[in-house]
Amino acid sequence: MTVGITSPAQESSQVGQLQKQLQEMQKNFERMQQLQREQIEGLQKQLETLQTATASNTAAVVASAPGVAQPAPSWRPTDPVRAGKGAAYMDVGLVATVAAGGSTAQDVEELQIGGHDPNQRGFTVQGVEANFTGGVDPYFRGNANILFGLDAEGESYVELEEAWAETVSLPANLQVRGGQFLTDFGRVNTQHPHQWGFVDAPLVNARFLGADGLRNPGARVSWLAPTPFYSELFLAVQNSQGETAAGFRSEGGHSHGGEEEEEVPFGFRHADNDRGVRGADDLLFTPRWASSFELTDNQTVLAGVSAAFGPNSSGGGGDTRTEIYGADLTWKWKAPNAERGFPFVAWQSEVMLRKYDLGEFDWSGEPPDGLLVLESDGVTPAVLGRETVNDWGFYSQLLWGFKPGWVAGLRFDYVGGDRANYESAGLIAQDADGNQEALGRDPLRDSRWRLSPNLTWYPSEFSKIRLQYNYDERNDLGDDHSVWLQFEFLLGAHAAHKF
Amino acid sequence: MKSILCATITLMLAASAQARLNVVATTPDLASIASAVGGKEIQLTTLARPNEDPHFVEAKPSFIVKLNKADVLVHGGAELEGGWLSPLLAGARNAKIVSAAKGDVRCCEGVPMLDVPTELDRSKGDIHAAGNPHYMVDPENAKIVAHHMADAFSASDEANREYYQANAKNLMATLDAKLKEWQTTLAPFKGQQLVSYHNSWLYFANRFGLKTELFVEPKPGIPPSPSHLAELMAKMKSRGVKVIIVDPYLNRKSAETVARGTGGTVVDVAQFPGAIKGTDGDYIALMDHLVKTIADALKGQGAAIAK
Repeated sequence: MTVGITSPAQESSQVGQLQKQLQEMQKNFERMQQLQREQIEGLQKQLETLQTATASNTAAVVASAPGVAQPAPSWRPTDPVRAGKGAAYMDVGLVATVAAGGSTAQDVEELQIGGHDPNQRGFTVQGVEANFTGGVDPYFRGNANILFGLDAEGESYVELEEAWAETVSLPANLQVRGGQFLTDFGRVNTQHPHQWGFVDAPLVNARFLGADGLRNPGARVSWLAPTPFYSELFLAVQNSQGETAAGFRSEGGHSHGGEEEEEVPFGFRHADNDRGVRGADDLLFTPRWASSFELTDNQTVLAGVSAAFGPNSSGGGGDTRTEIYGADLTWKWKAPNAERGFPFVAWQSEVMLRKYDLGEFDWSGEPPDGLLVLESDGVTPAVLGRETVNDWGFYSQLLWGFKPGWVAGLRFDYVGGDRANYESAGLIAQDADGNQEALGRDPLRDSRWRLSPNLTWYPSEFSKIRLQYNYDERNDLGDDHSVWLQFEFLLGAHAAHKF
Repeated sequence: MKSILCATITLMLAASAQARLNVVATTPDLASIASAVGGKEIQLTTLARPNEDPHFVEAKPSFIVKLNKADVLVHGGAELEGGWLSPLLAGARNAKIVSAAKGDVRCCEGVPMLDVPTELDRSKGDIHAAGNPHYMVDPENAKIVAHHMADAFSASDEANREYYQANAKNLMATLDAKLKEWQTTLAPFKGQQLVSYHNSWLYFANRFGLKTELFVEPKPGIPPSPSHLAELMAKMKSRGVKVIIVDPYLNRKSAETVARGTGGTVVDVAQFPGAIKGTDGDYIALMDHLVKTIADALKGQGAAIAK
């Protein structure tokens, strides 16, 4: 530690030297500024002369000289980053979202069911998402989102969130998108976590469309209807298998980085059902219709209905299906002379209904993972009959941007479902060690609700700090309190805001 | 349902019967120039409202429909609409107006851009890689834009080439005449300083020999802190600067605080025709108003310095 050990005399001579240096630097700087200013003024004068010449020339000259006073720009403003030595163009952006906090729940990972929710006491890396976007050629536009994450165990993982290309212009107002993409179902499902108004996913989205949202490889056709108001029809066809098609032919829930697959409701017992695609029936179909109106100059409404149809992997028959229906409504008011987009009030709600066919399953066969389900006598392996179970839920959220950079939010979540036969039959579960436990209401289908007030501060367009409190009430599991502080920063290209 | 369908078909037929060029302008200043150049031959739609911040326009889905039907899109470029336009264009699926198409008029092209950063670093605030995009308040730049539009309208509507070119020529001549007038009005104030809220008046100041070196916000897009305002007031006092100009969508209260602390005046200005009463759709009326108001305010400032 030698820093700071100097005599006062040394210091004063150093100060003198530094002052001298500073003065010289300032002089140099001013001289350079003066020089640059003169150069700029000179160039401007030249340009003005040229422009005046152009303007005063005859119409014919003006018409035939589109390039006058407009030197071809070597750089297009919409291309913030030029990659590949100018041969390939794309915008590159990186969004990092981290959270810190805690919860009274002992099972925070079960409480926070979204794939990118903060889900442990202490710190959570919710995701570091790279976005690449740009024009492919005159015919296609491309986009990719690749997410880097750290799971609760500290293992790194990578997810291909999206990678698609879409047509720039097709006849009849059609557009085709192909690749890996988030399915157009409602509002939240197509948004990436940094676009959400809350630190975690709505319960109804995480439970019905999957912890990480519904997304899979496929193709989407959309049609902009020739109505005077905005009205668009979407139809997506995607694979129905895999962990990001929860509720369809997923083997289990969503897993990150090869950790144990998360639980699915035990009633969604699946045989080894990896049958591939035998016909169109084995694909996932998602139609959506969205329409928008302006109530006044400052108020806009967007309403949509969505549905998803596909096979699920319950039972052994391979003929069970899932249907999910949804409706969404968004209303936004923005002040006529908003400063940086504030103040505003935005209300968004989604409601969903899921009908899930459970196939017949006989536990006297080979029990999966050593787990055995027995009849109420505790001895006979259970035979579960075919049935359809219904689950429903909604969220409703209000965001109020009360002054520039500040947003207060409130969200209410509810999910629940009917009591299925398999939950009423008094079944007993027996694990590999022979321990028995009575099965009742399925905790992954049981009702729960949550109230989440939060406050967000945006120091600039490129960073945000959010504090959120969650009051959770899970049927049979009781209530829990959680507090999360989220921080997010953005580097590179900032994707434009959609409505 | 049937009646809706009928209404839709009728509307579609009506639209196709009008052979006029469908022009969509992002901001009202560009719309005003487009209207002067296109005259009766174009059907004009403006997306942003006059008192709306052009960087933060709400991306309403109805804009997708408007862009879908456009023959020509007139936009400022240089990241002016960077926060909202591109997803709308993607949704509009209109080959006529996609980047570099015949109907894509990026008005900033050929405009001598100021404040082009030599280094892209957002710790300096929300800077624009292509330079300051608020170039339309310099009438010389409005002439360049008029020229672009005449070319683009002609390319999309050859039959009316003469008409568009003649209109543009007229507009340029008017602007030249008015510019002399405006320069005369502001000549007595050459070298004087204005405080501007956001750095959106650089081109105006440059054209008329004024200076905007002091800003209410510390860095572009960063809200003012009390210490920055104190520093600003000290600088205004030491330099004798009294006039603070504020756009309608910016925080007038901060500007008023500064005015109170320095004995200065807040002058309401606007980049867009229509944001000030009586200037609706008229770029020249807006410039008339701006020149007159700023000259009046600077008279007071000059008097204060003379004291």
